[in-house]
Amino acid sequence: MIECQNIAKTYKIGEIETHALKNASFKINDGEFVAIMGPSGSGKSTLMHILGCLDTPTSGQYLFDGHDVSKLSDDELADIRMKKIGFVFQAFNLLPRAAVLRNVMLPLIYAGVSKKPREEQAKDALRKAAFPEGFWNHYSNQLSGGMMQRVAIARALVNNPTLVLADEPTGNLDTKTGLVVLNTFQELHLEQGRTIILITHEQYVAEHAERIIHIRDGSIINDSQVKNRRVVNGEL
Amino acid sequence: MKLADILQETYTALSSNKVRSGLTILGIVIGIGSVIAMVSIGQGASGQIQSSIEGLGSNLLTILPGVIQPGRGIVSSGRGAAQTLKNEDIDVLQGIEGVAYVSPEVQRRFQIVSPAGTNTNSTVIGATPEYEAVRNVVAANGSFIAESHIRSMGRVAVLGPTVAQDLFADSDPVAKTIRINKINFKVIGVLQSKGSAGFFNPDDTVFVPLTTMQKILAGVDFLSTIAVSVENKDLMPQVQESATTALLVKHRVDPQNPDFSIVSQADIIGTLTQVTDTFTIFLASIAGISLLVGGIGIMNMMLTTVTERTREIGLRKAIGAKKKDISLQFLAEAVVLTFLGGVLGVLLGWIISLAVSSLAGIATSVSVSSVLLAFGVSAAIGILFGYYPARKASGMNPIDALRYE
Ligand SMILES: Nc1ncnc2c1ncn2[C@@H]1O[C@H](COP(=O)(O)OP(=O)(O)OP(=O)(O)O)[C@@H](O)[C@H]1O
Ligand SMILES: [Mg+2]
Repeated sequence: MIECQNIAKTYKIGEIETHALKNASFKINDGEFVAIMGPSGSGKSTLMHILGCLDTPTSGQYLFDGHDVSKLSDDELADIRMKKIGFVFQAFNLLPRAAVLRNVMLPLIYAGVSKKPREEQAKDALRKAAFPEGFWNHYSNQLSGGMMQRVAIARALVNNPTLVLADEPTGNLDTKTGLVVLNTFQELHLEQGRTIILITHEQYVAEHAERIIHIRDGSIINDSQVKNRRVVNGEL
Repeated sequence: MKLADILQETYTALSSNKVRSGLTILGIVIGIGSVIAMVSIGQGASGQIQSSIEGLGSNLLTILPGVIQPGRGIVSSGRGAAQTLKNEDIDVLQGIEGVAYVSPEVQRRFQIVSPAGTNTNSTVIGATPEYEAVRNVVAANGSFIAESHIRSMGRVAVLGPTVAQDLFADSDPVAKTIRINKINFKVIGVLQSKGSAGFFNPDDTVFVPLTTMQKILAGVDFLSTIAVSVENKDLMPQVQESATTALLVKHRVDPQNPDFSIVSQADIIGTLTQVTDTFTIFLASIAGISLLVGGIGIMNMMLTTVTERTREIGLRKAIGAKKKDISLQFLAEAVVLTFLGGVLGVLLGWIISLAVSSLAGIATSVSVSSVLLAFGVSAAIGILFGYYPARKASGMNPIDALRYE
């Protein structure tokens, strides 16, 4: 379970202060599927980084499984990220000089998984992310934007995280592949009970979640359950 | 993170920028290579000087007339000018316990002419049969000066190999007649070559009986040197002291102001070793500076790499890499670079020292200890100069690093 209590994030560059997040409070229970929506620059990615234990709030408390994240050391945070969190970055952040498979295996290398099983897990994750098998050994900088996005998704899933955070995971995908990815998230959620938090601009994509949090100018303006939830299986 | 994975990452990182890695390695190669080469040349030269001096006779005390000024070295003894060593001193020295042989010597340079008319200007030494034992000379052909020649003031000569070659080319000089200072001498032997001792070439000499030298050739009654061989090395200090006391009494001079000096072979070797050691250290420290420059090259490259790969570092941290994982990765890159540089540098230094020994004729020796030292130093340089960049990388905040442009 994760809980935000009055968290704020202020960036200060010289004299200019940007209040990326103001006083946000909410709770997300284990096994929930939540979408976060809001206009560009509203602080979605900032919030996501805090939820993913990559960054700490300027004020307020963020509790991850009951631990106050600001009290944990860098290495303890790294450990949480390695074992419990899968992160799909808005900018993908793949290693350009490494093949697709190696990119996906990277988290397992740091987790100390040995060669054979980590290759199996990586292939599994790539299939779940609907990544075409013919490109597994391509360098990641030779891929299209949509393919890179799917590599990033596969990498987020490879360590079987309990919390998946995805920043615009379908932004670069056509409707069909987008649906495959959404299906993967729904399966993870339904069948394995993972917590999934998804950032999106599109109401249509957000409706695949159970709950939508609206955010504007760093504040939460709406937090409600989805009434007519979409399920991919029927659409495919 | 497993060691195999760290090495895999290192390989990928270094091979993706081959030119830069190669140039950085080159810096270390030159540094290590020159240290190895310089030390081997220095050690080889000092070993060679030492063995050629020992070849002149170990367990040897040399008594010279006059005083050796402290700090001005052996050369400043007023040889020739000082006339304080006399034939009577020989008996005094012979009586000292521990003395094996006493070889009195008179040395002069003379013009020497062969029957064919070729001539050379060489050192002529008036010696006794003891010279053979004390100075380790061996007759290759014929024989050395005998006791009977001394008593009869015989006009006989023994040639050093260089003189024999100069005067007689390849023909056998034994039984031929040569003229030393316009006086006829019969050649009775030729010595084996001993090789140059650096400043003095023992092969470029002619030996005549001591009495002949003193009475006929030079017309003097003093000696230029008395060489004393001691029964064994351990007795050297004791014999040196007894000889000093005995000669002081004999010469009736003030102990504070003696008119002779006694130099042991150990003193000469000690002085020369000091010189060659200083020389080796000097060479090695110049080479060491280039090693330092190579190390700075490593640091420069690693800092550039860390900056270039900031986003990558951010990503690795974001997906769970610990500080230790990141710093080990960059440290491994630096150490692999210096290690490769070390291996190639040892090879290069070895080739240089082989080339020097075959071209310049200095016997060089690459010792195991200097190779081990080179590896130790290069690994240490890798760790030392890789540590700061690695620390810088591992301390980055993941989000800042990911946003870095
Ligand atoms: N590292 C930073 N330094 C300074 N300002 C920042 C930093 N990161 C974000 N901001 C600012 O914080 C605000 C929120 O940014 P954020 O990236 O969270 O927006 P977003 O909702 O993800 O937008 P988009 O939908 O375009 O991705 C913006 O005004 C941005 O300029
Ligand atoms: Mg964003």
